[in-house]
Amino acid sequence: MADVRYTKDHEWIRVEGSVGTVGITDYAQSQLGDVVFVEVPEPGRTLEQGKESAVVESVKAASEIYAPVSGEVLEGNQALVEDPALVNSAAEGDGWFYTLRIADPAQLDGLMDAAAYKDYVEGLH
Amino acid sequence: MRYLPLTEADRRAMLDAIGVRSVDDLFRDVPDAARRSGPVEGLPDHMGELEVERALGAMAAKNVPAGSVPSFLGGGAYRHHIPAAVDHLIQRGEFLTAYTPYQPEISQGTLQVLFEFQTQVALLTGMDVANASMYDGATACAEAVMMANRLTRRRKAILSGGLHPHYRDTTTTDARFIGFETVVLPPAPTGGEDIAALVDDGTACVVVQNPDVFGHVRDYTELADLCRARGALLIVVVTEAVSLGLLTPPGDMGADIVAAEGQSLGNPTGFGGPYVGLFAVKDKYVRQMPGRLCGQTVDADGRRGFVLTLSTREQHIRREKATSNICTNSGLCALAFSIHLSLLGEDGFRHLARLNHARAVRLADRLAGVPGVAVLNDAFFNEFTVRLTKPAAAVVDTLAGRGVLAGVPVSRLFAGEHEDLLLVAATETTTDSDMDALANGLAEVLR
Amino acid sequence: MTMNAQGRPTAAFAGESAGGEETVTGNRGLRIEEPLIFEQDSPGMTGVDLPAVPDAPLRLGTVRPRGRIGLPGLAEPQVVRHYTRLSQKNYAIDTGLYPLGSCTMKHNPRLNEKMARLPGFADLHPLQPQATVQGALELMDTLAHWLKTLTGMPAVTLAPAAGAHGEMCGMMAIRAALEHRGEGGRTRVLVPESAHGTNPATAAALGFTVDPVPGAPDGRVDAAALKAKLGSDVAGIMLTNPNTCGLFERDIRSIADAVHEAGAYFYCDGANFNAIVGRVRPADLGIDAMHINLHKTFSTPHGGGGPGSGPVVFSESLAPFVPVPFVVHGPDGLRLVEHAGGPDAGTAFGRMKAFHGQMGMFVRALAYILSHGADGLWQASGDAVLNANYVMARLGDVMTPSFDGPCMHECLFDDRFLKGTGVTTLDIAKALIDEGFHPMTMYFPLVVHGALLIEPTETESRAGLDQFVDTLRALAERARAGDAAAWFQAAPRLTPRRRLDETTAARKPVLRWKEGEGRAGP
Repeated sequence: MADVRYTKDHEWIRVEGSVGTVGITDYAQSQLGDVVFVEVPEPGRTLEQGKESAVVESVKAASEIYAPVSGEVLEGNQALVEDPALVNSAAEGDGWFYTLRIADPAQLDGLMDAAAYKDYVEGLH
Repeated sequence: MRYLPLTEADRRAMLDAIGVRSVDDLFRDVPDAARRSGPVEGLPDHMGELEVERALGAMAAKNVPAGSVPSFLGGGAYRHHIPAAVDHLIQRGEFLTAYTPYQPEISQGTLQVLFEFQTQVALLTGMDVANASMYDGATACAEAVMMANRLTRRRKAILSGGLHPHYRDTTTTDARFIGFETVVLPPAPTGGEDIAALVDDGTACVVVQNPDVFGHVRDYTELADLCRARGALLIVVVTEAVSLGLLTPPGDMGADIVAAEGQSLGNPTGFGGPYVGLFAVKDKYVRQMPGRLCGQTVDADGRRGFVLTLSTREQHIRREKATSNICTNSGLCALAFSIHLSLLGEDGFRHLARLNHARAVRLADRLAGVPGVAVLNDAFFNEFTVRLTKPAAAVVDTLAGRGVLAGVPVSRLFAGEHEDLLLVAATETTTDSDMDALANGLAEVLR
Repeated sequence: MTMNAQGRPTAAFAGESAGGEETVTGNRGLRIEEPLIFEQDSPGMTGVDLPAVPDAPLRLGTVRPRGRIGLPGLAEPQVVRHYTRLSQKNYAIDTGLYPLGSCTMKHNPRLNEKMARLPGFADLHPLQPQATVQGALELMDTLAHWLKTLTGMPAVTLAPAAGAHGEMCGMMAIRAALEHRGEGGRTRVLVPESAHGTNPATAAALGFTVDPVPGAPDGRVDAAALKAKLGSDVAGIMLTNPNTCGLFERDIRSIADAVHEAGAYFYCDGANFNAIVGRVRPADLGIDAMHINLHKTFSTPHGGGGPGSGPVVFSESLAPFVPVPFVVHGPDGLRLVEHAGGPDAGTAFGRMKAFHGQMGMFVRALAYILSHGADGLWQASGDAVLNANYVMARLGDVMTPSFDGPCMHECLFDDRFLKGTGVTTLDIAKALIDEGFHPMTMYFPLVVHGALLIEPTETESRAGLDQFVDTLRALAERARAGDAAAWFQAAPRLTPRRRLDETTAARKPVLRWKEGEGRAGP
């Protein structure tokens, strides 16, 4: 089973070997409201951990999505660009944003696992 | 004070309800040194309507309204006849005294107007989509250049010498502070400049004006092709919106962005403002557009309605990442534009444009016969440039003293350059006897 | 990701239907369904009679005359009806209380409109010989005198077209002044988190780095945090005062001193100047530049979104760095200096727009100013503050004020009073619409949750305020009585349109009518 890790900024990354798939959490989408537009990175772009990697917009807000780890973009989710509502209906599934080749797997150690993220979100209220 | 409905008894009761002794107590957070104990000194007290009318009427009386004498002024502001219904309708309180339509359920009037305005502007310019207006043509031009910088990720704009100098200066002022390069071509009053040769792979955009500030009209199709080949955008500026009723529109020539002044429709020249900037682009650029956009949707009962949309581009959401800091626009001037154009309709608007052109052709022929006057334009819309045998500014001042507003000296726009050139415009308001007055006046002064 | 937790519903609710009697037409009495003007085309019709065009050859060179544009043709009665019917779908300050915080919807006197339409102002061309427009220059000079005197500042530019444009102008002046003294390396601008969105947008557009300053628990900027951020790379601060929470920044003098000591400039967002006009002179607060929204403080109409006008006043240190044009007194009367870099323009930094500013707004604003006079402005700002505090006092027990008073011209509540009710700030706003009021500003400022910002202005009578307050009290009590969420979410029911689907509008933008596509929707 693939390992999923979470950031305090509400991104998730599913790790399969050296490839990571990145999205935003279900909690994040519930806070954003109806998502109407996304921007995903071009393949080949080099991302730096914690820096802007994609954009998600609802009617009333625009948010940057940060790269959970550094790496090179392999693919942006074009299905998501076509149908941004996927973020709302399947934030942690079909609503993924991009895949990347993970530059430094050690960076994953600093992220939360599912249980820790759950506690973290509950602590926000 | 006729605008303040509270009585002294109201104020007393309200202070009691709040639990303070005086209004001054409500200002207690103001530092003592800055809190005044009474009205600012050295300024007069309130006046009734009658007194205000007298005071402002006296100032107005010191001016010569352009419509009271033969006038040939253009240079980016054009005096057209405005149908009576326009001013009546824009003074309806529901339009005049509404805010930006942030509550769409009770703003469908303004919103539908904006949707229709956007459509009209797109049709006139031959573009896919237009926004809900900018401050004026000059700021629209500067915003267009910045939009081109964002789209191309390049930082150089080439500005034609035929661009109105106020538009040029508004853009170069932004360039200086925002940090992009502008290449400004020298003015070419007789027409012709080799702008294509300057376009390279660092060029974000080329800005041309049609008709240009000297009145020349051109087809920019080839320039558009060349820009596209080099990855640069073509921005076409229009300062006389009525020309769009006769000339091939910028969109058909291949423009990427059109930045225009809409004053000519519905809005008086008003000593320079407020006017209404028109901003139109190709569909694919819509998310990089500045300003408000109105879009169509449905309400909870499934009925068609309109809302402001794609707001995430804007400052109140995007803050430091916004496409522009613009907030207030020119809503009421856009309404005036829209009503005037609706009254004209397809046939009326095209007719008006042809009429303007015909008046200008007649004037050009008339002036060409005046000794000391040479018409520089072969092709023009409703404005052209003449060369005089004496400095134009002095000629204009002399004729103003005789009750003729002869036109705009080029030196006034270009800071002392081309002192012998005069811009002359004619519109549907220009009569044959106006033309006689100008021709006779010029003949006398230039003798 | 950056979490902008403003997720509120933007799709239309299905909810209950509006109900009521069905009609044949879909019209409902005075509420008439009005098609787009493009759907009313009567080809060949026009609402304007023009003289015939003489049959002469065109002189267009290589440019072809254009083909069909696609505009509809209508006669004048149909056009007048179209726009009259559309106007009836708008709420306006003429129809009722419009308590939009930070927007200042005060009465727009019709005298202002009448004065602006005098041919001696409206029918002037901006490039007429200056000898023929001495009265217009006198009007600009007179307005400038009032603005300078009311603010205590030595200089003003009338050029900017709106508040945000004024901010741009003021920050350009700061940059020009810094460059003039060889300190162009100052690139950081401090902006409180509660600022209007235009502030960071302006600073960022000019290439400054925006450094946000947190708020203090009392709703003011954290003065200590602000001072700690000052340094040799700071160009200035942008502070709104009174601030967007409707509070006066008590520490403003010490902030100004610290800013000046650090070699930076103090830009004040003057959007809320109406709270203090005639009572407090910004010069006495240590401000270097401030824009004044003539369409807020001085009642020029908002016109459904504009036009505005945003003159900027400057301190002695920034006065040389203004844009062109400006009016000077010369031997032959008043004169406009129109070219930066010219012999008489000094260190003027450039140009903000075409021509000389929003003249039509200058006339209106001066008519308002002369009508009030110094004594009337004193009274107007006092009444505006009194009205806001009265609303705050009367709602304090049923809603949750975010900060202790007194407030200035507007009072801020958050949505704690709705906790657990299932009713949101948005729902309260929409329910107010059914009661005949325009809602307050919602979800701004961002520093409190579910903000409701109420600015009644001096225009409202005590009876009008009481009616508004009583309505809000009733709605708050209804929300808190429980089981009311569905009822609120179905509001508004009585408007020309019910809640609109903003989600679909943004996902699949339809930004214009297109020929042949017919009507979308029923």
